[in-house]
Amino acid sequence: MKKTRFNELHKQLGGKMIEFCGWELPVEYAGIIPEHMAVRTKAGLFDVSHMGEVLVTGKDALAFVQWLTPNDASKLAPGQVQYTALMTPEATFVDDMLVYCMGPEEYFLVVNAANDDKDFAWIAGHTQGFAVKVEHQSDAYSQLALQGPLAEAILRPLTDIDLAALKSFHWAKGQVAGKDCLVSRTGYTGEDGFEIYTMDPDPRVIWTSLIETGRPQGLQPIGLGARDTLRLESKLMLYGNDISDRTTVLEADLKWIVKLQKGDFLGRPVIEKQLVEGLTRKLVGFEMAEPGIARPHYPVFYKGQRVGEVASGTFSPLLKKAIGLVYLPIDGAAPGTEFEIEIRGKRTKARIIPTPFYKRART
Amino acid sequence: MYPNDFRYTREHEWIKVEGDEGVVGITDFAQHQLGDIIFVELPAVGKELAARQSIGVVESVKSVSDVYAPVPGVVTAVNEALGQTADLLNKDPHGQGWIVRIRIKDPKDLEGLLSAGDYEKYLEGLEH
Repeated sequence: MKKTRFNELHKQLGGKMIEFCGWELPVEYAGIIPEHMAVRTKAGLFDVSHMGEVLVTGKDALAFVQWLTPNDASKLAPGQVQYTALMTPEATFVDDMLVYCMGPEEYFLVVNAANDDKDFAWIAGHTQGFAVKVEHQSDAYSQLALQGPLAEAILRPLTDIDLAALKSFHWAKGQVAGKDCLVSRTGYTGEDGFEIYTMDPDPRVIWTSLIETGRPQGLQPIGLGARDTLRLESKLMLYGNDISDRTTVLEADLKWIVKLQKGDFLGRPVIEKQLVEGLTRKLVGFEMAEPGIARPHYPVFYKGQRVGEVASGTFSPLLKKAIGLVYLPIDGAAPGTEFEIEIRGKRTKARIIPTPFYKRART
Repeated sequence: MYPNDFRYTREHEWIKVEGDEGVVGITDFAQHQLGDIIFVELPAVGKELAARQSIGVVESVKSVSDVYAPVPGVVTAVNEALGQTADLLNKDPHGQGWIVRIRIKDPKDLEGLLSAGDYEKYLEGLEH
């Protein structure tokens, strides 16, 4: 099992360690519910060093990123970040990812741990005809996420970056706790916050400084359990659950990352066809209408017919009810529609509701 | 921590014998392992339970776990309070967090269960 550079610190803090995508990571410290609520009301610190990083440089770096993704990376100025995807020719997902524009000929891609090697092979396998160099940098990087309404206040005294000037989906370079870092105003929780990348071989002081500074203000270390409940409340996609190489970008309700005016890209013909012909199914959010918690892979029935299985499903600590995501036939994909989920052999009523389940109030 | 008048299983259930009936729940160790419990599925009163048959399901945010009958019997009552307050299993696992009451089929079956002392020794072994 791979260990992040913060591994011992998690154990010292009482983190319950599990294997995740080949990494030993904490699933929880104080408990999923208190950790979840800390991020919603105060702040939380996550070790997300398992995420993958790929650097694309060269004269054709932009054209190459444009070819591999549906979103329009030409709109990015240096200092900006974009949510996008690596598309197959079938307009399904190799992965979803963030693209950081570092300069006109330099793009930094952040991908999921589960797909890290697959993604790098995919990217490196598509360079023919492009003057680019691709570097797999995952092993060199550590990454922390500081999330929650108090994130800026906690990070401010520890960095020389002007955080007040750092807008959502922007990045800046500077020091955090004396270590060279790249900090972006991004995250996977639905809250304000930052993701902090460093290539320092011993970045532990960043973690310990954030914990010490934040603890008096209510910051808690957060495990993978709450990371999942937080992202689901905000309807942020989890690869393997909600999106995969068997779901198209339009079916996943991510039309907002498709920019057809940008020119040709992998998967575009399938997207155009689906736009003309319409979709047969779509990813929607649901709540349980009867007692029970729907979990991934539970069978789903609509109008008495089996139509698939639950994509994501859990108990929402904030809303205090069972929620989830599911692909439903397009005629049944409107809010208010009732369908059934089989929970331990019993068909249990669920109801489509608008998403995201939770959206923070912006000031 | 573990009451002396209870008997225990290696799967972390307890049973408190009262006459020919027994009250069944999960141990403090089990509730710690599960984390915040948010949902309990209870059996129907009158259900006949074979040895090691599931009497219900306990769900935390992350996990779904079966609870098994420590000995064969028939369900005579269920703890309806858990429908609204599943976290009684966290707060008071050996008391208000009881799950079911069963009529014990054969008291001899209790002999195969652990005493409090043996269960605590068993837990020490698990932690290493």
